[in-house]
Amino acid sequence: MAGEISKFEVQEIMIPEGKLQMRIAGEGEPLLLLHGELGFPGWMGYHRTLSEQFRVMAPSHPGYDGSDRLDWAMHVSDIAGVYLQILDDLELSGIKMMGFSMGGWLAAEMAAMDPGKFSKLVLVGPMGVKPEKGEIYDLFLNLATEFLEESFLDPDSVEEYATIRPGEPSPEQEELWEVGREQSARLAWKPFMYNPTLPHLLRRLKTLQTLIVSGKQDSIVPFDSLRIYNESIPGSLLSLINQSGHRPEIEKPDDFLKLVTNFLK
Amino acid sequence: MFIGHFTERPYQDPKSGYFGATGKSIKDLTVSNDIYDPILGSDLYNRYLDEKIYAEEMGFDGLMLNEHHSSPFCMGSTVNVEASILARITNKAKIVLLGNVLPIWDDPLWLVEQLATIDMISKGRLVSGWVRGTARESVAHNSPPAYNWERFQEAHEFIIKAWTEPGPFRWEGKHYQYRYVNPWVRPYQKPHPPIMLPGVVSRDSVVWAARQRIPYVMLATQLEPTRQSFEVYKETAREEGYEAGPQNFGYLWKVHVDETEELAEEVARKFVQGPSNPFNAGNEGTANLALNKLPGMTSRRKTLPTAQVATANRGGQLSRSFEDQVDDHTIIFGTPKTVIPKIRHVLEYLRPGSVFFWDGDGAMTHDDQMRSLRLMGEEVLPAVREIADELELPSSFEVDPKTGKKFDVMEPETPDEIAATPRD
Repeated sequence: MAGEISKFEVQEIMIPEGKLQMRIAGEGEPLLLLHGELGFPGWMGYHRTLSEQFRVMAPSHPGYDGSDRLDWAMHVSDIAGVYLQILDDLELSGIKMMGFSMGGWLAAEMAAMDPGKFSKLVLVGPMGVKPEKGEIYDLFLNLATEFLEESFLDPDSVEEYATIRPGEPSPEQEELWEVGREQSARLAWKPFMYNPTLPHLLRRLKTLQTLIVSGKQDSIVPFDSLRIYNESIPGSLLSLINQSGHRPEIEKPDDFLKLVTNFLK
Repeated sequence: MFIGHFTERPYQDPKSGYFGATGKSIKDLTVSNDIYDPILGSDLYNRYLDEKIYAEEMGFDGLMLNEHHSSPFCMGSTVNVEASILARITNKAKIVLLGNVLPIWDDPLWLVEQLATIDMISKGRLVSGWVRGTARESVAHNSPPAYNWERFQEAHEFIIKAWTEPGPFRWEGKHYQYRYVNPWVRPYQKPHPPIMLPGVVSRDSVVWAARQRIPYVMLATQLEPTRQSFEVYKETAREEGYEAGPQNFGYLWKVHVDETEELAEEVARKFVQGPSNPFNAGNEGTANLALNKLPGMTSRRKTLPTAQVATANRGGQLSRSFEDQVDDHTIIFGTPKTVIPKIRHVLEYLRPGSVFFWDGDGAMTHDDQMRSLRLMGEEVLPAVREIADELELPSSFEVDPKTGKKFDVMEPETPDEIAATPRD
């Protein structure tokens, strides 16, 4: 574990109201990775693999994990604005960005606000768009453990499952999940996990190469949300990974990484 | 001493199968209203109102109502509607709402108007309590739990301002915005109906109440943790430069009186035999852990000594037995003769200025409740008042919790004085 941790360094990013944690690893073009609703999932296999090709930047959003909460931020688009300011400060432009679940929603908001700042966009099982068929799984009326269990098609086959959903979570892990759920509730309690205007704003992404991906058996975000993303972003690609639930980056890492690294080239 | 009467107004339907200790346990927010019987519901609403009328007749000072949503254990989902009816069908007792769930109101101007209307029609008998509500209330009205406490505080400030300052004014807050606040109904009582705050868990709430000098009512908590929670209030009061007294404290617990010891015990056992109620120790039903962990609902660190007990109680079925509750005085039953010394013990232990007897609940029938109310009125209430006088336990209606001083008792003007006073 210690060896793996040493593969990335943690930087503190100062913002006017506090500081954010940013994990950085690898060389090459910057790739911004945005975590989902429970906070940073830990340094997983897909982080390691991606950091072999890219300079991976994996922050904890304001209010999650060790990053300070912004009391004024009540919408995902507020967090998107904060990240765009951070990218301004870091003088980063034309970068690649990948967001997971609620982080996919965040990435879509950022791209819609400032499409020129990005060269490639990957949305993995993105929340943020109201499906016309089905409903986004209610993670606030279910326990974090139940949500994680529902996020995988076949937990037994997943090598990293015990990392992401320990059989007996430590009190520290439980607390991190609750911190994440609370912050997500601050941003997306109502409407639950979507921005009704987002599909209309996504048309600006017509010059941004976008890949929408999830597991074919995703039971957290209905396929219809992905369809609407796909139809709202001109020229976007939609790809489903077989035999995977909501977390293809963990459930089918080989298929997932092949797909996204090919796209990000 | 101020003595109130309380029941959760349970939806008692043995044929539903959901009847606590004698039927299926209820897991919170999992029972469909498909089983709701409107004839039975109508009878029960009327029964509970009738019992309030009788409680007034038997000398209770306060008729307490509470509010919960989407659960059979408490039919009071619109406390202001019940209070409005009591405003007209009762004459003397205070109507004590403990209380409106402030944060779930997206438009608290409705509360300003509804409560002032109740105060008008009751001619100044409204006691307006606030609660933050439990997770089920936030879920039922889809109110953001992580902003529950902020919304509570802002709604309180807004309502007090709308009650006390002349309109029109604007309100541009974080959670509420109004361009024209000028309600054409103002409270009968000046400066506004008294506020009370009930609770069990949140340290934030107790500290807030103490800072505002608002009386705090602990709800059916065990005696020692209740006393410790009152200490939190008292410590805050000292920081604020005043000494909190009995007028700052209230306590609600289960008391049933009956004609014989045997009958009293038989009926008191019905406390834990109705539809499961997460607040009714001994018949809490099955905990919905996701509700206990509704994100952001309660500060994960700032809880009270009573919280540990309150949440431990929600860990499963029958986690605190009837016998345990009898032993520690959180259920008191008996004939007037045996009940009075037990009540005295509670008064000595906690020194509250207001008490609320929780009765007629669970599987108790209307007759059970009426017998108890009669015996309370005939024998228990007078004795409790004497004990309270002896122990010097003034209520918040005798000693002003805002100043710690006795309220001025206004002698009625004589006809001569009226004639001598110049009038416009």
